[in-house]
Amino acid sequence: MTTTRHARPATVRVSAPLGTGTHGDRKPGPLLFLLLLWLSLLVAFGVLATLLITILMDGWGKLSLQLFTNYPSATPETAGARPAVLGSAWVIAATAVFTLPLGIAAAIHLEEFADKKRWFNRLIELNVQNLAAVPAIIYGLLALGFLSLLQVQNKNVVIGGALALSLLILPVVIIATREGLRAVPREIRDASLALGATPWQTVWRQVLPASVPSIATGSILALSRALGEAAPLLVLGALVYITFDPNGLMSGYTTLPIQIFNWTGRPQEGFHELAAATSVLLLAVLLLMNALAIFIRNKYQKRW
Amino acid sequence: MTAVIEKAAGPELAPGPRPGTQFAGRRRPGETLIRMVLRLAALLTMVTTAGILIALLIPSLSFFAEVPVWEFLFGTRWAPRFADASFGAIPLITATLWTTAIALLVAVPFGLGAAIMLAEYAKPRTRSILKPVLEVLAGVPTVVYGFFALQFVQATVLREWLQLPTGAFSVLAAGLVMGVMIIPTIASISEDAMSAVPSALRQGSAALGANRMQTTLRVVFPAALSGIVAAVVLGVSRAVGETMIVAIAAGSQARIVTNPLEQGQTMTGFIANAALGDSRVGSLEYNTLFAVGLLLFLITLLMNLISIRFVRRFREAY
Repeated sequence: MTTTRHARPATVRVSAPLGTGTHGDRKPGPLLFLLLLWLSLLVAFGVLATLLITILMDGWGKLSLQLFTNYPSATPETAGARPAVLGSAWVIAATAVFTLPLGIAAAIHLEEFADKKRWFNRLIELNVQNLAAVPAIIYGLLALGFLSLLQVQNKNVVIGGALALSLLILPVVIIATREGLRAVPREIRDASLALGATPWQTVWRQVLPASVPSIATGSILALSRALGEAAPLLVLGALVYITFDPNGLMSGYTTLPIQIFNWTGRPQEGFHELAAATSVLLLAVLLLMNALAIFIRNKYQKRW
Repeated sequence: MTAVIEKAAGPELAPGPRPGTQFAGRRRPGETLIRMVLRLAALLTMVTTAGILIALLIPSLSFFAEVPVWEFLFGTRWAPRFADASFGAIPLITATLWTTAIALLVAVPFGLGAAIMLAEYAKPRTRSILKPVLEVLAGVPTVVYGFFALQFVQATVLREWLQLPTGAFSVLAAGLVMGVMIIPTIASISEDAMSAVPSALRQGSAALGANRMQTTLRVVFPAALSGIVAAVVLGVSRAVGETMIVAIAAGSQARIVTNPLEQGQTMTGFIANAALGDSRVGSLEYNTLFAVGLLLFLITLLMNLISIRFVRRFREAY
């Protein structure tokens, strides 16, 4: 799952480091070094495996249809995460509607039209890189301040959460889209322009269709990041006891990560099992989204 | 654009377009409009930044009107909700320093080890298996990491297996798990930096009789150093800004932390915790949230700018 926050420099990958012979690798020093390298990968593997196994073991008993059909309750035996499932769906759908057009438009401007020598465009680029690494909880404070300014009393509405998450993943969408656009070769644009197409026609009919797979990949990964994010929603007051189905942009809501946080903080063991079961559910959804993104990337991405 | 036809030697050329012909085509209002819309979308990112600054500054200013900046930055007692309220942020800062330091102790060696493995040692096939695993690690939601830190690392590993004298929460458990969370960040940027080192350097090193370990440590590593520094600095910024893991596993007592087995409240932990209580807009308690948020934002902004600068340097080097 790539949910990197940072702007990754687009380096051309040499498939294998050339010219590194393997002579002398059998001496004790180099062998020990190699062992340490393997160990550091093993730590990553090991923790991941431990995390998955312990959470599966904790949550196994509570993984049932009840998790989807029941509302939260004071007794772990009957509690379910139905409002959180629906709330997550609402918030993520609204986030996608807000972010994707905006992020893709901004990326097209920066990559295709903006004059990169102008200081202002360079400032925008630097700013996007910076925004990508601003802590998530700051976006929650931004949305909180904004809603307070508008005198909104009830801040726990779907549209408020979607606003915070949209701003959070906007830089990620922009960076991913730009990389997709950059991968389309110059010749495609030149050919289109030579045939008399205008710059926008060139972008709309040639460049964008060619980069749809990488834009889709980046967007799905960004949305999966938003789906797992809890901090900004916590600040907006999404930690509430909801016993109804969220049904619109102005409806109160809670989401899966917030529900997990809620159950984690209770003393009873049963709620911890529920938290683990909900974590398994969330991880499964995220893995599916990531698998979809990787599938799109591998199946549709063109090699020029 | 004017076409100048040279009347020189050679066959007679057909007369070109009349001087003064416009080749740019007619003006297209639609195109201009679309470009304006695109530019507006890009400008919105600047609006977001301005919004963050304004949203944080206005409540912070009214906070600092009541609490001196000096007292906020260097005061040693954090008790914003007590009757005799006190707003010294040092307890929050010590807890943040502890979790960040512990996270880096985990993330830097293991992240760099993974990066070296992927960039210098792994065959393309091996890498195509190992890299996605690291990416899965980056995609685990932080609330799940928090649950793991509290239920497994703190309760089972530290207390049951190692028998450490620690309570229900500790900055150690939060920091350790946060370190694991940051491994992919550090690994991925360092790997990019090391992969960008030209192969000629490695070949030269090998030609002089160095083995792979020597080449990696004495040639590739120094050549990629600015990228590696950028990765570490970005790791610091992520550790300082991470919220859910500390909110769940580090505890919520704001005291100066002297021992990693104690619990402690970080800056983000305070924001998350205080936001749960319903504080009235404009009250000192509400403004406190934003003052801490501003401090957090400024620290991470500084880190990000440093990191971006180092990334630039390594990209320009070759």
